[in-house]
Amino acid sequence: MTIGATVAPAGATRRAVPAHGSRRTYAAYALVTPAAALMVIMLLGPLAGVIALSFSDYQLGAPHFSWIGLANYQDLFADKVFWTALRNTLTYVVIVVPGAVIAGLAIALLIQSGTSLRSLYRTIYFLPVMATLIAMAVVWEFMLHPQFGLVNGLLRGAGLPAFAWLQDRSTALYALCAIGIWQAVGFNMVLFLAGLVSIPKQLYEAAEIDGASSGWARFRLVTWPMLGPVTTFVVVISGIRSFQVFDTVHVLTKGGPSKSTEVLIHTMYTEGFEFFRSGYAAAITVVFLVFVLALTLIKSRLADRGVHYT
Amino acid sequence: MSNAHPIPFRAILRHVLLIAGAAVMLAPFIWMISTASKPQTEIFSSELHLIPYRFALAENLREAFAKANLLRFLLNGIIVTVSIFVLQVMVALPAAYALAKLRFFGRETLFALVLFGILIPPQATAVPVFLLLHKAGLLDSYAALVLPFTISVFGIFLMRQFFKTVPDDLVDAARMDGISEFGIVWRVMLPAAIPAVTAFGIFSVVAHWNDYFWPLIVLNSEHLRTPPLAVAHFRNSEAGTSYGPLMAAAMVIIAPLVIAFLFAQRRFIEGITLTGIK
Amino acid sequence: MAQIELSAIRKSFDGNDVLKGIDFRIADGEFISLVGPSGCGKSTLLRIIAGLEPQNSGEVHIDGRPVDGIRPSARNLAMVFQSYALYPHLSTFDNIAVPLRMRRLSAIERLPLLGALLPGRRAKERHIRADIEGIAEQLDIAPLLRRKPGQLSGGQRQRVAVGRAMVREPLAFLFDEPLSNLDAKLRVHMRAELAELHRRLKATFVYVTHDQAEAMTMSSRIAVMMGGELIQAGTPAEIYHEPGDIRVAEFIGSPKINVLPGRIRKDGGVDVPGTALKLTCNAAAGDCRIGVRPERIELGTGPFSGTVIHLENLGAEAFVHLAVEGTGSRLIARLADVRHLPAMASSVAFGFAPDAVRLFDPAGKRIELRLEQAERIREPAHV
Repeated sequence: MTIGATVAPAGATRRAVPAHGSRRTYAAYALVTPAAALMVIMLLGPLAGVIALSFSDYQLGAPHFSWIGLANYQDLFADKVFWTALRNTLTYVVIVVPGAVIAGLAIALLIQSGTSLRSLYRTIYFLPVMATLIAMAVVWEFMLHPQFGLVNGLLRGAGLPAFAWLQDRSTALYALCAIGIWQAVGFNMVLFLAGLVSIPKQLYEAAEIDGASSGWARFRLVTWPMLGPVTTFVVVISGIRSFQVFDTVHVLTKGGPSKSTEVLIHTMYTEGFEFFRSGYAAAITVVFLVFVLALTLIKSRLADRGVHYT
Repeated sequence: MSNAHPIPFRAILRHVLLIAGAAVMLAPFIWMISTASKPQTEIFSSELHLIPYRFALAENLREAFAKANLLRFLLNGIIVTVSIFVLQVMVALPAAYALAKLRFFGRETLFALVLFGILIPPQATAVPVFLLLHKAGLLDSYAALVLPFTISVFGIFLMRQFFKTVPDDLVDAARMDGISEFGIVWRVMLPAAIPAVTAFGIFSVVAHWNDYFWPLIVLNSEHLRTPPLAVAHFRNSEAGTSYGPLMAAAMVIIAPLVIAFLFAQRRFIEGITLTGIK
Repeated sequence: MAQIELSAIRKSFDGNDVLKGIDFRIADGEFISLVGPSGCGKSTLLRIIAGLEPQNSGEVHIDGRPVDGIRPSARNLAMVFQSYALYPHLSTFDNIAVPLRMRRLSAIERLPLLGALLPGRRAKERHIRADIEGIAEQLDIAPLLRRKPGQLSGGQRQRVAVGRAMVREPLAFLFDEPLSNLDAKLRVHMRAELAELHRRLKATFVYVTHDQAEAMTMSSRIAVMMGGELIQAGTPAEIYHEPGDIRVAEFIGSPKINVLPGRIRKDGGVDVPGTALKLTCNAAAGDCRIGVRPERIELGTGPFSGTVIHLENLGAEAFVHLAVEGTGSRLIARLADVRHLPAMASSVAFGFAPDAVRLFDPAGKRIELRLEQAERIREPAHV
């Protein structure tokens, strides 16, 4: 920009490699450097670090550490708490994913099947997604209060037995699942709504002309196949999010009573940030990562086979 | 179809089902407001009523603000979320522009790493990042809350996809007009990308306002607490006793985002579901 | 004003040669059109002149000075883009002001708030305003200065883009298919406007288009590019009437030139299958191709006959599609008089004057004729 209004004097000696080409390349490197550096420091480096740590007995504050190979994993697989946590996490996923996906789809279909009050319903169902989960978890805790809670109050009113939901080891995990579904439904609903809106209207008209006269027939012929990619995506993202369950557990049950709500990330948190057994926590993280990446892999496999309509 | 009938049965059924579901979705909010408005004696009564006999919202709020420095925690929430968002944009936008519009050696590799980075859940890197901050002496500070999130690979990906749709001609025109590559990012691409940046901003702010895991790990000091951490601590210290003030505090904590959401629903839903375009 | 000289420009993308050594000289004040089918390298050449793309080898001189390695903005050229490339967030006024502000204001003066406080900026902004208002007056866009590009029609955006180019008083204007996003009617109108603008500014215009009609109607010279090479340059009339290559002949003119298969005899005479033409050439015996423009085909008399297979009556003129008997080839004749059209499926005799014939060798190169017999070839063949 320092070159004047007219063409610069013929002093350009860099004619073999036109300089503005490489100038733009320098600019490109300057532009990506902060992002690339931060990515290495905050994402890729730590990812490699967590794998490396899982082979060490590093403890925060310990004077030295050594490489111990698979010992952390051996300990982990020999630890009953780990297996409990894994089983609880999988139970949580297996309940919350179908629950939140089916409810989300049903609500989206109901909303889309009429024209009135659409945005009001959408707002109401989406509200739990927006509200800080920790705050709402505290509210849920009081709703589930054995004596003064709304839930038991209603049950008693209906003449049904009441429970000490979060304090009873047979119900605590399911209570957390219910909160998980309540929170995730709105998100899934919105994704399904977007998917429904993008289905071309002519397809329904064509289906009707082709003899699919009932709503169910049209759903089977058009809606369900056309929602295929969205459904895959919603299932996988719900799965990944459910695997990450932590907030409600930590604030409401701390994994109890008697480990009945212990989940992977909570175990990792306890080991890594309460006992500062970093190496052991890293091994748990790696197990968690394997599950999450496996889900992602399934998604990309399914996505390749999904219905494409452009 | 159904509006041809005098009594649109299906329309009524739709509303009945949706209202029943809505009642479940709203129950915690209603219960929260109801409890926050009740005096202690009404809260601890086994008789169920939503509307308090005596409104005590003001005193519950007063007590909540007296027991916890809620304003400070809200301010912390604002400081942290805004800092994270601003830094994310400053880091992501130039990179996204370079990835979308410039040709340089290593571009494909970098973009592949970005796509890979999106797959990594935040909990996976928690232990090493924590140790890193510990070594740097940054634990228990705003920096500890902000720094790990300054890089948003998802933000880079999102903005890169958006910049791809900006015509190359516009970039060339800016070059002809004498704007430098750096200037193009901020004077041409950013203004063109305002809708995408807004959506990403909502996504980012909501995610970090509501985040509990990370502040829980890196914070000790009370004065740095973010809103979710504040509620959790409030709950732990008042457990089982003062539900009225606790519900009032929960109301205060969720209010900023919920109110913003009610005012700009479309934008918020768009922003929150951004992950849906992956 | 400027002359632009290109010597031995080569460019390849990922191993594909896009430009294979372009030598060309654009004189001061010329309106040059670079035409060719898409992918011929014309846009790349324009971008190399602009400095937006570096060439692999070769040099660009503007007014005798090499500009390689100099930033696009420092070459003092202006460019109008196909998509207009207006900044969507800026008003018309601010769009036109960008190049002036970038050039006249210092980096500090350009700062959003602080800059406005600096004493020098006010005076400079006044000059910028005056310049822009002058341009707006000329281009008839003064009422649009407050609007954003999104509120303008295609033609208005086009004018704003031209205004942004004009305001910097460049050495030369570069146009990259600027009319192709407009509808047909507006395109014809803008053609006249651009030609008029060129006459007024007397500046050098380099205009890239794939539309031969635009090139024919506006330019003082046309350069035809094919497959990365510049194969012919000349005035529109030269390019149309004396194409040096069959690809040029086929690209320029609508409907396309008719091409009939032919043979050159040993004595230099030329045969269309079954009919000898009354002309000779100096080329060696062998196959050749005979090109005749549609308007030079005369229906009613002549040594050939064909069946009418399609008629297009445009009102002012008509095109008659014929299947030539005996050869299987088709051709199109343009009739200026639409009142006497042959009937569909009827057989018509036709012919053409020897001077209407353009002869090409099998490789497509032009073969010069010896036109000693100037008379028309209407008599039956004399084999």
